Amino acid sequence: MRDTSPSREAFRPGRTHMTDLQPAIAEADEPLYAARRRIFQQSVTGRFRTLKWAVLAVTLGVYYALPFVRWDRGPHAPGQAVLIDFPNRRFYFFFVEIWPQEVYYLTGLLILAALILFLMNAVAGRAWCGYLCPQTVWTDLFYAVERFFEGDRREQMRRAKQGLTFRTFVEKAMKHWVWLLIAWWTGGAWVLYFADAPTLVKELASGTAPFAAYLWIGILTATTYLLAGHMREQVCTYMCPWPRIQAALTDEYALNVTYRYDRGEPRGSLKKAIAARAAGEKAGDCVDCSQCVVVCPTGVDIRQGLQIDCIQCGLCIDACDGVMVKIGRPTGLIAYDTDLNVQAREQGLPESYRIVRPRTVLYAALILVVGAVMLWSLATRDMSGLSVIHDRNPVFVRLSDGGIRNAYTVRVLNKTLEPRRFVLSVSGRDGLAVEAVGVAGSRDGQPLVEVGPDQTREIRVLVTAHEPPKVQGTSPIVFTLVPADGGRAANANDYFRGP
Amino acid sequence: MTTSPGDNHDHGVDPVTGTTTTGHVWDGIRELNTPLPRWWLWTFYVTVVWSVAYWIVYPAWPLATGYTGGLFGWRSREAVVSDLDALKVQRAGFGGKLAATPLEEVAKDEQLFAFARAQGKAAFGDNCAPCHGAGGGGAKGFPNLNDDDWLWGGKLEDIQTTIRHGIRWTADDKTRIGNMPAFGRDGVLKRAEVNAVASYVRTLSGLSPTTGVDPALGAKVYGDNCAACHGDKGEGKLELGAPNLSDQVWLYGSDAASIADGVWNGRGQAMPAWAGRLDETTIKALSVYVHSLGGGTK
Repeated sequence: MRDTSPSREAFRPGRTHMTDLQPAIAEADEPLYAARRRIFQQSVTGRFRTLKWAVLAVTLGVYYALPFVRWDRGPHAPGQAVLIDFPNRRFYFFFVEIWPQEVYYLTGLLILAALILFLMNAVAGRAWCGYLCPQTVWTDLFYAVERFFEGDRREQMRRAKQGLTFRTFVEKAMKHWVWLLIAWWTGGAWVLYFADAPTLVKELASGTAPFAAYLWIGILTATTYLLAGHMREQVCTYMCPWPRIQAALTDEYALNVTYRYDRGEPRGSLKKAIAARAAGEKAGDCVDCSQCVVVCPTGVDIRQGLQIDCIQCGLCIDACDGVMVKIGRPTGLIAYDTDLNVQAREQGLPESYRIVRPRTVLYAALILVVGAVMLWSLATRDMSGLSVIHDRNPVFVRLSDGGIRNAYTVRVLNKTLEPRRFVLSVSGRDGLAVEAVGVAGSRDGQPLVEVGPDQTREIRVLVTAHEPPKVQGTSPIVFTLVPADGGRAANANDYFRGP
Repeated sequence: MTTSPGDNHDHGVDPVTGTTTTGHVWDGIRELNTPLPRWWLWTFYVTVVWSVAYWIVYPAWPLATGYTGGLFGWRSREAVVSDLDALKVQRAGFGGKLAATPLEEVAKDEQLFAFARAQGKAAFGDNCAPCHGAGGGGAKGFPNLNDDDWLWGGKLEDIQTTIRHGIRWTADDKTRIGNMPAFGRDGVLKRAEVNAVASYVRTLSGLSPTTGVDPALGAKVYGDNCAACHGDKGEGKLELGAPNLSDQVWLYGSDAASIADGVWNGRGQAMPAWAGRLDETTIKALSVYVHSLGGGTK
């Protein structure tokens, strides 16, 4: 077998000959890491910038304000619209209340989220990344804060070259202070989803909140400050799996932020282009002003085509449109388009925009189906129920009169927000007496079980057959739970076992 | 930018991507040099340092006679003790309530009853299950606690007394004592009389008598020797712990041989007294749990 470790070969002293398959190794002083290019983002105005500000305002507004929205559920449940109640193991979302065993609703929600992400991707590429992703939203906000204190791109670059002066130090300090404030507020809003928000705010203000609250505020302050202030585009490029998944999911009809090189090339200065057009020669609209590059939050050059670092926020579209307006050329040199269309135009063929195609129809249909199934199951779910476990040891007990008794652990669920009473009965075999240990009430000889609002109650149920000769082997029985005030009955199957 | 043979200083720049190569070649395929960002590399170094710090501050290295203790003085046993203490504090609310509530009242409070049963079940598994079985199902000689047949009474208070002071546990002054004498071994009855009375005892609960014995002798022996404790009709006596012989529950088996064995050699299984070994609240919880298994009487 061939030696496949050329580096070892190459370092052997005195060796001068190498095979043509072995290139020389990289210079020994090459660094172990890829140096980070610092990005100074230039501010820009335009349609997509306005859209991004609007999305930022709405998403952050919802995030910070939602815990304070109230929702009246009566005296037996919390009055917070959105609440993850870990101690009591309940999740409240407006009119929906989820119990831990209903975690499949969360699964459904995740499936729905994934399908919506796929649909967004099939229609307009990384629309999630560019506008909605928390990393993008917070980074956008942090960039804005940075420009507020340290000036726009040129000023920041000048100051970076200049080094630290008293003024730049104060500016930087102010910037980090505001960043930390935003980060702290982000963590603060997070914990409010896990407890009654107004109460927790009071506790935090008076220093009496639980330790976990401070801990999580600290953790989220740190991550927000680090991810949005320092890591920025590195999160998208190196840490996030979505660009990789997205690349595998996309197709040639998905709209992407595209440099229309059919119109832009050959690029050159405005003067040369005017001269060329006057002479009847082809000249591109791209004046190579680099505005698309300087406004990019991830520092890519969109003119190199679709690339993994590009989060498709559309800011380069705004920048380029601004330039096109100034030089009197039509806007849209960079626009949401497909490479297929660029190639078609180059060859003089008609463009085709296929938003409605099997992929998008399938995703939309799946979203509708999953959403409908979830709503249907939510609307028709039982608000009471029971589960039964037969005693495993002993399986049955012989009583002094020769009768046989089986014992069961029965859990009765009451998902309504009122206390309710249920009649528990057993059928499937004649002559069975039912007794619930610790339950005083009864109706027509059957135990009447009271369960508190939004609670479950576990009871030990004894089922006895007093006529010895009939008790032989195993017979299937059914536990039935009927609400005392009327309503749908719940059943659970089990067995009555004898010798 | 192609590589030329023998050029030792070729940077190996890939012509398609313009990226340098690492110099590694597998079957003619060269690896592009796309190194991790610097912060990634530093994160890796930090984890290395972190692991070294772990060796120093926590117990880590085995020595000839022990191990390095670590700077924090952390011990797993102390961690368990502090966890258990925290658990006691956490349970103090219901635990205190259980201690203060009279035995008969516990079942009236739904939550307290559930708490007592849960604590009782745990204590039962630790202390009682070895003899009585995990679910209290019993075994030969060890009473089934799920049925309605009790040797010393099935009221809450009776059960509590039994747990506290045990059965025939002579180390405890208040223990329950009641002995089934060894009629045969001690020479009180002859073999024929023992066999006859064993057959008679079977008939008390409707079982068939054994063949080849004198029924009249069995009835006479029973009346002379057994009825004082077990009752004229074999109904038993709770104060003496004398079992009911007329029901369908048999602690040692209902066959004539087992009964004859009991009459000949006597019976006298002991149960330890738990007062002093378990605290009063745990005994209360155990009483509630055993009573709730199904056989508890009022």
